[in-house]
Amino acid sequence: MATEHQRIERQQVEQLARLARIALDESTLVRTTNSLGDVLALIDQLQAVDTTGIEPMAHPLDAVQRLRADVVSEPDQREVLQAIAPAVQDGLFLVPKVIE
Amino acid sequence: MHNLTLAQTAQALADKQFSSREVTQHYLDRIVRFDKNYNSFITVTADLALAEADAADARRASGKADFLTGVPFAHKDIFCTKGVRTSCGSRMLDNFISPYDATVVEKYRAAGMVMLGKTNMDEFAMGSSNETSFYGAVKNPWDTTCVPGGSSGGSASCVAARLAPGATATDTGGSIRQPAALCGITGLKPTYGRVSRWGMIAFASSLDQAGPMARTAEDVALMLGAMAGFDPKDSTCLDRSVPDYTADLNNDLRGLKIGVPREYFGEGLNANTAEQVQNALREYEKLGATLVEISLPHSSLAVPAYYVIAPAECSANLSRFDGVRYGYRCDKPQDLNDLYCRSRAEGFGEEVKRRILVGAYALSAGFYDAYYRKAQQVRRLIQQDFIEAFKQVDVIMGPTSPSPAFAFGSKGSDPVAMYLEDIYTIATNLAGLPGMSLPCGFVDNKPVGLQIIGNYFDEARMLNVAHRYQRVSDWHTQAPTEISL
Repeated sequence: MATEHQRIERQQVEQLARLARIALDESTLVRTTNSLGDVLALIDQLQAVDTTGIEPMAHPLDAVQRLRADVVSEPDQREVLQAIAPAVQDGLFLVPKVIE
Repeated sequence: MHNLTLAQTAQALADKQFSSREVTQHYLDRIVRFDKNYNSFITVTADLALAEADAADARRASGKADFLTGVPFAHKDIFCTKGVRTSCGSRMLDNFISPYDATVVEKYRAAGMVMLGKTNMDEFAMGSSNETSFYGAVKNPWDTTCVPGGSSGGSASCVAARLAPGATATDTGGSIRQPAALCGITGLKPTYGRVSRWGMIAFASSLDQAGPMARTAEDVALMLGAMAGFDPKDSTCLDRSVPDYTADLNNDLRGLKIGVPREYFGEGLNANTAEQVQNALREYEKLGATLVEISLPHSSLAVPAYYVIAPAECSANLSRFDGVRYGYRCDKPQDLNDLYCRSRAEGFGEEVKRRILVGAYALSAGFYDAYYRKAQQVRRLIQQDFIEAFKQVDVIMGPTSPSPAFAFGSKGSDPVAMYLEDIYTIATNLAGLPGMSLPCGFVDNKPVGLQIIGNYFDEARMLNVAHRYQRVSDWHTQAPTEISL
């Protein structure tokens, strides 16, 4: 459903979905392409602003990352943390075979 | 019992008018009886609540109670609660039993407060209507054909329906203030860094902030005091002492300078909502405050900047949900990539996926400067507007949302129509400022919220300003007719 103001092509959405590791079926892909176009039209309003010389803002109070002493602070909780995993074996998280 | 405010409930417990078990059981009974109409809870933790209530009663008997010990409340289902499902409103975490407590959860537990359950929310806090929840939409107790707002819609709804005297919530772009406005309650988003984000499932880390919802400013002050404070586990949490937020509630407002931004009363604002907000401003004049017209010239850029920054941070934060270590995993994955792609496709809802993709776009090679960096620069322009304004005024006031609660489905398929719901709230998140909403009238029997924006760490003054208004108004005491019994 290409419009005059098409901001994003279907192939770009497919590429984004690959990058984001999200499977999109045909109908979702069409819907998503259209709605991403709406959102991109919104955020493109930023392009009209002159931001020359403005320092980007990452933290509202310009705080910097605090460092802590390099000492162990967390106990080993492997059993607890793996109890909620979809599949584990021998203390390892199980996924489909990666190397044939 | 449910018509008592949270502060009155705490006082009644201290005066031994009833026990924590009695008031907890009372609220649990109400949830069973009424919540089928509102869907404000995802999980009700009745057994745990009664056990916590008994422990609170025992603590009081031994003379070790804090003021909030034994007071029931609800947690938004975004806070990790050890041994209790923490779903974040998503299929992705429908099976997630948290192995640890969020800092906010630990703090309320340490105070002896009693968790009734976990409240419904937009999926991963992405939404302004609660319609994106995997567990179905929450209904507004004032009109069940309308949305409660979002993302903290369940927290707002359960407080409005008197199913809990208070609830925790989070606000990334308006998710405390807008549902508070639409449900006729009081809610506060603190200064960024005031409350620990540890164990609070991340959406946009530079914007997310937890805060309380309750019926009155006094209740919110009590809940904020128990929630705020430095936490070494959150690297963005600020190391500042926590004042007694109730200490200044009754301060006189004579001489208070209230900034009224002209950009918050322009096109897009419902005329009846505007009138209610103007009435509240006149009430403040009667209390001795002075209104000062101000300008926040970059206001119109807040929504576009937010919809770059929030999706960019969300796409990074939500990459952890991969179907490997916890959460949803698809059936019979063909290979590792299929496991990732289908688990995420099936586990996330449409709005969450859309934001991840927008974020991936804004951060992708070649676009970073044009979008993310640009948005971060605009963010500073927005902050500078506020810094300039606070040189002239003590607080800023305006509407919380452009109109009262709207009907389910009425925003249609254009996501941007929903995004504009937060047009007056988003700028404070970008600037990291505290903001709150309190009831200031009704339009068509639906509540209207007055927004108060404060300077950094000025929550005590905002609560004072809200409390003095609540002493001379009764909007916050009104309840939806069907549940006021």
